[in-house]
Amino acid sequence: MNKKTLFDKVWDSHVVSSIENGPQILYIDKHLIHEVTSPQAFNELEERGIPIFRPDQIVATADHNTPTLNQDQPVKDALSRQQLEQLSKNCKKNNITLYELGHKYNGIVHVMAPELGITQPGITMVCGDSHTSTHGAFGAIAFGIGTSQVAQVFASQSLLLTKPKSLRVNVNGKLKKGVLPKDVILYIISKLGTNSGTGYFCEYAGNVFEEMSMEGRMTVCNMSIEMGARGGMIAPDETTFEYIKGREFAPKGDEYDKKVAYWKTLPSDEGASFDKEYHFDAEDIEPMVTYGTNPGMGIKISENIPVEDNPSFEKSLKYMNFEAGESLIDKPINFVFIGSCTNSRIEDFRVAAEFIKGKKKADNVTAWLVPGSKQVEAQIVEEGLKDVFTEAGFELRQPGCSACLAMNDDKIPQGEYCVSTSNRNFEGRQGQGSRTILASPLVAAATAVEGKIVDITKHLN
Amino acid sequence: MEKFTTLRSNAIPLNIENVDTDQIIPARFLKATNKQGFGDNVFRDWRFNKDGSVNDGFVLNDPKYSGSILVAGDNFGCGSSREHAAWAIVGYGFKVVVSSFFADIFKGNALNNGLLPVQVSEEFLSDLMAKIESNPQIEIEVNLENQTISIVGSDASENFEIDAYKKTCMINGYDDIDYLVNNKNLIEAFEAQKIY
Repeated sequence: MNKKTLFDKVWDSHVVSSIENGPQILYIDKHLIHEVTSPQAFNELEERGIPIFRPDQIVATADHNTPTLNQDQPVKDALSRQQLEQLSKNCKKNNITLYELGHKYNGIVHVMAPELGITQPGITMVCGDSHTSTHGAFGAIAFGIGTSQVAQVFASQSLLLTKPKSLRVNVNGKLKKGVLPKDVILYIISKLGTNSGTGYFCEYAGNVFEEMSMEGRMTVCNMSIEMGARGGMIAPDETTFEYIKGREFAPKGDEYDKKVAYWKTLPSDEGASFDKEYHFDAEDIEPMVTYGTNPGMGIKISENIPVEDNPSFEKSLKYMNFEAGESLIDKPINFVFIGSCTNSRIEDFRVAAEFIKGKKKADNVTAWLVPGSKQVEAQIVEEGLKDVFTEAGFELRQPGCSACLAMNDDKIPQGEYCVSTSNRNFEGRQGQGSRTILASPLVAAATAVEGKIVDITKHLN
Repeated sequence: MEKFTTLRSNAIPLNIENVDTDQIIPARFLKATNKQGFGDNVFRDWRFNKDGSVNDGFVLNDPKYSGSILVAGDNFGCGSSREHAAWAIVGYGFKVVVSSFFADIFKGNALNNGLLPVQVSEEFLSDLMAKIESNPQIEIEVNLENQTISIVGSDASENFEIDAYKKTCMINGYDDIDYLVNNKNLIEAFEAQKIY
């Protein structure tokens, strides 16, 4: 029998038809939308007189453009308010479920859908956001699309696509103390580069991922796009099934058992072949930080910035105001952001709180903690983490994408460094002229306490 | 969508690798609810200095360069899926982007907006970049039917790949919505007998 990968199994079961020498029609089970990349798609359909084909397979949230303070009051910025109102209007008109600002299920699209049980193994899922790769943590095919494709899914619940190639990244061994899922993915990207995955769907395999929580797996899959891969996947297992069980939109009773039986058939067959495959040793990974302006420019926190003779590399270091060959340890940092679809789940705040407990934030640091959803926010309070943060001088804000892309007021000022748990360190990503250093929630928490970058491995031992 | 067959134009050399969509159109300009006006803010933070003045050092502001072909370094369009990046490039007046490598989502977005991504070899790209920089008047010809890109008046020419279906769409100005909506019966039949 033909040996199939996890990706093959899910993809092949969703092919509606194939165009000769061309793309395939792929059926999409779930379509997530938000305020920024959907309005033009709604307009497109309206102008062409095409109805939304399957409104009950679409779920909307407001996240990219929302304030993280005073969410109970009208949004101050007129353009942001208009965009949010447009989303509400569009959803109402087309009978689409919307978790708008203030709703108990509101949150970052890639935090909200998994925690509601919308994300499930074996399904296809899209959103006009490149970090849709997050949902692959459940063994789903999930990927980001452009607005024209949002319109296509609105019109037909399908997309025209050419099947990507397959890539597998294996990490085996025992992770060192203080090494978090974020470090694992930053390490992988630093080794493979930002375009190694372009044209591929990536499967992460090995005991390191098997032993990770769902939150950790989501952090890893989230950043697949940062090495160019449209999606990342991890085989569903007991951890996955347990996570889904009992959630709002999870299958219940017999239906759940039937689904689990199906989900168990999804992992890649023994001996299935991949177009590309890489192996890493868990023991080689250490807490990571980035020093440049793309996520591939990462080093172990104890290492020095490499020396490279390349104009793009030099441009990048100039922007960051770093020297080739120097260490980042002891660099003073004035801003810390813990949040984003990469690291804003409860586990991330638990890690941060555990480190922060009994300590104080350094005076020079502004530290923003932005939960990924209303549910995470509530859990932070319930578990007593809010008190830990408040006592240490951290500011717990309301959910949203916030300073990850700085569309709202949460901007890092010109020239300032921010140690951030988000996913992109592009020029100006967190505000015009801002300089981003990507790291795990643990490194971010330690930076906030010390007011500078420290070798976290020494602090833990 | 506008049709594309051939284009003969000068080109603008953007000799930077890994140009991400945050540079093409920064997030603070994504608040619009229509597709118009993004061209005004393309490469905003490279075209303008921090004080709002024009950055004379940036290639789009260099009066010696013009044309509707953008020639860019490796891995163009990486990062965010924002189609606003394609709208901004089209809005500014480009019809073709040439690079040795394109990020997936950007490439798809470009094709859905009548903007042709032409992927060439690294050798051809560096030769092209050098030739434009030494003579900004040279013309580039892109022929979609034959899938060729050439420097007019020289032997420099290369073939480029494009999916046959997408090529037909570009030449005729069709988009995927037409195709998908016309195949609704297949999609409904699929829904009725889904196996998962």
